[in-house]
Amino acid sequence: MISSIDIQHVKSEFPIFDREIQPGSPIIYLDSAATSQKPRQVIEAITNYYEQSNANIHRGIHKLAEEATKAYESARARIGNFIGARSQREIIFTRNTTESINLVARSWGKANLQPGDTILLTEMEHHSNIVPWQQLAQEIGLNLAFVNVLDNGQIDLEDYHSLLEREPRLVGFTHMSNMLGTINPVADMTRAAHAAGAIVIVDGAQSVPHFPVNVLELDIDFLAFSAHKMCGPTGIGVLYGREELLEEMPPFLGGGDMIKRVELTEFTTNSLPYKFEAGTPAIEAGIGFGAAVEFLESVGMENIRLHEQELTAYALDRLEEVPGVRVYGPAADQKGGVMSFSFEGVHPHDVAQILDSLSIAVRAGHHCAMPLHEKFHLPATTRASFYLYTDKSEIDRLIEGLYKVKEIFN
Amino acid sequence: MDDLYRELIIDRYKNPQLQGSMDPHDYSYEDDNPLCGDRIRIDVRVDQEGTVTEALFSGEGCAISQASADLLVESIIGKNLDEVKKLSTEHILELLGIQLGPVRIKCALLSLKVLKAGVYGLEELEEELL
Ligand SMILES: Cc1ncc(COP(=O)(O)O)c(C=O)c1O
Repeated sequence: MISSIDIQHVKSEFPIFDREIQPGSPIIYLDSAATSQKPRQVIEAITNYYEQSNANIHRGIHKLAEEATKAYESARARIGNFIGARSQREIIFTRNTTESINLVARSWGKANLQPGDTILLTEMEHHSNIVPWQQLAQEIGLNLAFVNVLDNGQIDLEDYHSLLEREPRLVGFTHMSNMLGTINPVADMTRAAHAAGAIVIVDGAQSVPHFPVNVLELDIDFLAFSAHKMCGPTGIGVLYGREELLEEMPPFLGGGDMIKRVELTEFTTNSLPYKFEAGTPAIEAGIGFGAAVEFLESVGMENIRLHEQELTAYALDRLEEVPGVRVYGPAADQKGGVMSFSFEGVHPHDVAQILDSLSIAVRAGHHCAMPLHEKFHLPATTRASFYLYTDKSEIDRLIEGLYKVKEIFN
Repeated sequence: MDDLYRELIIDRYKNPQLQGSMDPHDYSYEDDNPLCGDRIRIDVRVDQEGTVTEALFSGEGCAISQASADLLVESIIGKNLDEVKKLSTEHILELLGIQLGPVRIKCALLSLKVLKAGVYGLEELEEELL
């Protein structure tokens, strides 16, 4: 099979892979679901902004401020285009996925939900798509319902449809699980939710970085994602929202930038998207985010998806070979590049520590999905996750590392 | 790695010497680290002078947490409670014979935390450990 991307070329774009953790052994980075590595283009865009155009944006009437504003706003436009938004007004910069979801809970939720209303989530949500709703539920007296996850790691669609009969006002689910790798049938799920009269928020933290996501085709009302998981910097994320919904929503934080006019006792809000962006943002991060999207587009999201599908199938095959290893989640064709596994008789911390000594970076813990781990009766798992720069030889090294774990603990 | 996974640690993890529970006991406490699911319970019996006569641990978790519990429990038998209260992080690291990073040190210290919470009361303990 011819690989969909030129892996050596892609890897060479990431300066961190030049680093040798121990002499002669470059890092094998299998923790991209936590955060991705950053290509040179992104690092340079940030440095270039600081060296050439550093200024506060939007209000300045000078050359640097104009350049900075232009770079920041063209990043917004590029990101909007990347997910198929109709307008840049629908792209709100936040700090990350978590803040994006909180914005919807605090703004849309408070304005639209009444005591006794139901919010429907799933058992495979990241804590960031559970806790903001728990907080809101406590505050105004909402019911939270959770769609069952099947043993094979897929959403129980029958349960989903029957829970929709409770007429939830809002349905929230992840596009791709950061523990199981499950890719959910978003288009079908949004269609059913809309038919039941609900608004839909999709957690795109793991999907937008890894495959093409189009908010119009999927008919998503709100989409949250983070730059740092898609080759961009930390400190910036996006909330996409349908313009009609955003227009009706009250502002989230108050302060500079989000206002049109302020008097001592009242203010009028600015237009979209600025209404939701109070204070000086992470300007360099926004610009870096734009560069990250440009980089991903140059490789091609379809190519990235194909590459990761190939890796996923290969990794599942190889992991199954190792006695005592059990991988959670669906089969390769329903799964993104996230392998959470248990190792009989060895705690994930011990697995991760031994792999680390071989320069292999994986994650051990509950991956911010404690309810899901509880469901599978697991205190924790070890997780290896892939991205466009991961190659098969690194999976081979992982497997060798797991045999080493076995040797030490036998 | 072969440093971190000294034979002693792997051996105590696989063949703990003082695993179990006692009822009745004079002191007992259980706690967990929800981040990784490590869980330790320690039961202690003391004589009239407050000297530890018997101690056992039970629980589950990583090799570091379980081995350190086994070694800690072993190390307090014959010690007076006043001495037990004074045990420090260094004591655990000496027993294990390794250095640990900030995440793994929590695994190693869970047993000490449980032991001290049992013989001390948790509040005093938190002041002391943190
Ligand atoms: C599915 C999912 N949702 C939400 C988040 C939270 O992202 P952030 O920490 O960038 O807000 C993550 C990242 O860990 C994730 O994997």
